Order: sequence, then C-alpha cells, then structure tokens
Amino acid sequence: MMLKRKTRADAIFDTINVILLVLIMILILYPLYFSLIASFSSPNAVYQGRVIFLPADLTLNGYKKIMSDAAIWTGYLNSIIYTVAGTAANLIFTIPLAFALSRKEFPLGGVYMKLMVFTMYFYGGIIPLYFVVKQMGLLNSIWALILPTLVATYNLIIARSFFIGSIPEDLKEAAFLDGCGYIRFFFLVALPLSKALVAVMALFYAARHWNGYFEALIYLQDERKFPLQLVLRTILIESQNALAAGDDATSVADKQELVDLLKYGAVIVSSVPMLIFYPFVQKYFVKGVMIGAVKG
Amino acid sequence: MKQAVEKSFRKRFKETRALYWFVVPSLIFYILFKYYPIYGSQIAFRDYSPYLGFWNSPWVGLAHFQRFFDSPDFWNIIRNTLAINLANLLFGFPFPIILAIMLNQLTNQKFKKVVQTVTYAPYFISVVVMVGMLYTMLSPYSGVINVIIKAFGGEPVYFMAERSLYIPIFVISDIWQKCGWNAVVYIAALSSVSAELHEAATVDGANRLHRIWHIDLPCILPTIITMLILSAGQLLTLGFEKSYLMQNSINLGISEVISTYTYKRGLQGGDFSYASAIEMFQSAINFLILVLVNQISKKLGDTALW
Repeated sequence: MMLKRKTRADAIFDTINVILLVLIMILILYPLYFSLIASFSSPNAVYQGRVIFLPADLTLNGYKKIMSDAAIWTGYLNSIIYTVAGTAANLIFTIPLAFALSRKEFPLGGVYMKLMVFTMYFYGGIIPLYFVVKQMGLLNSIWALILPTLVATYNLIIARSFFIGSIPEDLKEAAFLDGCGYIRFFFLVALPLSKALVAVMALFYAARHWNGYFEALIYLQDERKFPLQLVLRTILIESQNALAAGDDATSVADKQELVDLLKYGAVIVSSVPMLIFYPFVQKYFVKGVMIGAVKG
Repeated sequence: MKQAVEKSFRKRFKETRALYWFVVPSLIFYILFKYYPIYGSQIAFRDYSPYLGFWNSPWVGLAHFQRFFDSPDFWNIIRNTLAINLANLLFGFPFPIILAIMLNQLTNQKFKKVVQTVTYAPYFISVVVMVGMLYTMLSPYSGVINVIIKAFGGEPVYFMAERSLYIPIFVISDIWQKCGWNAVVYIAALSSVSAELHEAATVDGANRLHRIWHIDLPCILPTIITMLILSAGQLLTLGFEKSYLMQNSINLGISEVISTYTYKRGLQGGDFSYASAIEMFQSAINFLILVLVNQISKKLGDTALW
C-alpha cells in the first residue's frame, strides 16, 4: 500500500497540476467546440464575431445545405467504402504477418523483419511508386488507395511486439500437443486472445484511410471517386486561399457565401465517425499495445 | 526452456512451413510497392522521356542532382524543410513528455481518463479539417483571435498570409494535434516505473517534484532518446498533406518544402527524373543523419536503435 502522507508541497503540486490540465483541455477542445456552435449559427453572426461561447441566430441552414450537397455525400460514401475495404485489407495482411514474424522458431523471420523495417528508413520515393501503380493499371481505381499501403511497417512492429508479449510459448506447445498446426493455432487461439490488438490496428488504419487525402490526390482523376477529404479541401481551403491570393472580390464573395454556410457543418459531419470510434478503443492504447512497443 | 539440441535449419523450416501462408502475401506487397520503387528510383539517373518509357530513357548520371544543387530553389526548400522540422522538434518534442508526467501524477483515474480522451481527440481529426479550422479561427474578419484583438482596439492580423507567422502557426497547430497522441508512448513507459522506488523515496521524504526528476525522468530516458533518434532520422522529411494545405501564393517562400516541391515538379510538372533525384537526396541524407545520431547516442549512453 502507498503511504498516505501527503505533504503541503504535494497538495500544492496536485492543485496546480489539475488546473493546468483543465486549461490544456480547454485549449484543445475550443476549436472543436467553436466549429460545433458555429455550425448551428448564421454565417452572419459568425462573421460579426458574435459566436464565441454560445451559438447565435440559431439555424439549421448549414446542415440543410450539406444534406442537399451531392459532392459531400458522394465523398462521404466513397470514404466509407475506401475506409472499410482498406482497413479490412490492412488487417488481413498485417495481423497474420505479425504473428508469423513473432514466432522465434520461424527461420528467416528475423531476416524478413529487417527487410521490412529497412523500408521505413530507405524508400524509393513517390515518383517511382506512382509509376508502379500506373504500370499495374491501378490509376483512378480504389485499388490505388488500398494496395500501395497494405502494411504499415510501424503497425507491423507494434503488432509483432504484442504477439511476442502476449502469446507465450507454453500456450503454443499445449495447442500443438492437441494437434493444432500454426494456421489453426492462429485462428482458434492467438486471434481470440488479441482482440485489443485488432481493435487498435483497425483504428490506426481506419484513421489513415478516413483522414488522408494524398493517395487520392495523386491517383484519382475522376471527381465522382473523390473521398470526403478532397471534397472538404475544396470547401475549406481553396475558397480561403482564393481570398488570400486577392482574387476578384465579387466572384469570390458569391462562392464565399455558400462556403460560409456549410463549412462548419462539414467539419462536424466529417469528424464525427472517428471521434466516436476512438474512445472505445482508447483503453487499449497504453496497456494493451504500446507497452510492447516501448519494450520491443 | 531451451532445447538441448538445436534443431537444424531444415527441420525448423519444414515445421514452420505453414507460416508462409501468412508471410508470402505481404512479402509480395513489400517487393512490389517498397523494393520495386527503390529499384525504380534509378529514374533519377536517367532522363525520363514519355516516348521512350520508364526503362528505356537514356542514362544521364548525376545531371539531375547537379541541376537540383544549382537551382535557386535548392537552398530555399532545404532551409524551409529543416527550419520547420527543427522548430517542431525543439518546441514540439518536450510537450508530450511533460503531458505524460502530469497525467502520471493524477490519482483520480476518472479524471485521468477524461484528460486522455480529450488530448487524443485532435489526432483523429483530419489535416484538412484542422487546417480548415486554422483558416476560420485565424480569419482577419471573423476569426476568434482577431475578434479578441479588435475588442481590445487592435488591428486585425492576417495570420495565414503573414510569412513570419507561418512556422509558429505550423508548430503550434502540430502540438495541438499530436501532443496527446505522442504522449501515449511515454505514458506506457511511465506505467512500468516500479512503485517500490516511489514508495522508498517517499519514506525518505522526497516530494513529487524530486521523484519526477530523480525517478520518473531517468526511467523513461531510454524511451525519450529512442524517440529523439527516430525524429532526427526524419529531419529532411516533412509530410506533404499539411504543408500543401497551408500553402498560398503569399507564404510560398517559407512554406515550400521538399515533399510539396517534388509533387509539383514531378507529378504535376512531369519532370519525373528531377523530382526523383530530389527524393533520393532526401532519403540518403535522412539515412545518414539517422546512422550518425544513433552512433553518437551509442557513444554517449547505451540507448541505440541497433
């Protein structure tokens, strides 16, 4: 048991610590909170700086506009497809691979691991990769978003350390005495014991697919295939940059009005899936997965 | 227990054959999408011509590297990439460590969980949304910061078009987005610090700050150094996505970095060999720095990647 002997200095420390952490939380949450209240306020009120702590001139026009915006919904649907299919493919490739490479008795396992880790620090670059994707005829298809990123080596390292730490050799030997082979052992014993790992890996990969736009930007040409982030880029960034670049003020203003109406709602609608997903998986971050990574 | 007689390689290979079902698909992936592009980066030594094709373009040796070194853009984009990364490292690196230590001192587990949930949140927000929020919050007309400035009678600042503010905005928004997430590794490291050490120190009259300084920090030092070496190996790499979004015609002199430059010159401009030469230069320098820092760390202490 910990000694309960709290000194005065410790009490002061605790108080300051809690106050600072509350301040940090406010700083982190405010931009998100602002987007939320601004999405329910009229663009005019936001523009006049009246939306600081509470929404002003409550309205749902922004969300109505989003509901009827074809580009956003096509992007949303595309992103869901890319994220679900991409994450499934990531898991199917990464997890069994990590399991195989975690087995000490697997000859050449160490060599394969080194070859894979090497690619984290030495890479051909985006230009040759683009040619590979092009050569394989994957341009402008969903495969260009899935295949070149099947295994993220960093995730592989984490998954491998997890298996090394959580699937003891005794367990394997007992299962093998019962007539299990590696395949059956993986699916019937190792995988059911690794729910935390699967959850965390799914989250890591899904966040990449959902939030990234680089692959889509370079590999997709057809606007109907654009994921949500590319649509958002047009709404949130390019309109602002047009202003910054000092383009013709009136033509910008028309576009600006529409953009102002739906941009905050778009921020909320696009961020919600990830923000409600991660807290469920969060408890595994430290205990389940990262400990292995720190030690490994 | 270790087996008395080491099994022969052949026997082990035979026994573990089934594992190749798990390994071969990924090996094909690594060969196709990691190693084949490394082989393909020889385009940097050729002069790519769409008519002759990738593998038939003529060799030109180091001409594209020379062209890059002689280009007026060279120092500019190297300096920008290094400056942003160094600022990120200098100011961004300590925050996750401090946050992890603060979290570790909390006794109320519920509050700790709330703080963690909140600080992780920005990591799951897309860069597009994050930069979009920067534009709106820093807008000279309606942005909150400028509303406050104006309320105190000041002149509104056009933050996103101010060259000198580019790096501070980049670094601060990076801290906002990644501080909580990057703390995870240190929280994990701190959770394995032995409680007995703390109890013994408490009995000896050490207060919180003493124990953080003399127990927690030394215990997580290897993790800190590992993370530092890994960051150092990325000094010439700055992700494309955020830089590209934050760029506009006014700040281009400070915001153009290697990744955005190669994208524009290569994939947009069609100067593939030139762009590939720049990427190869970047990859080689990164690798050199990584090896160097690792060697230094090995000499100074005992933490090293290999």
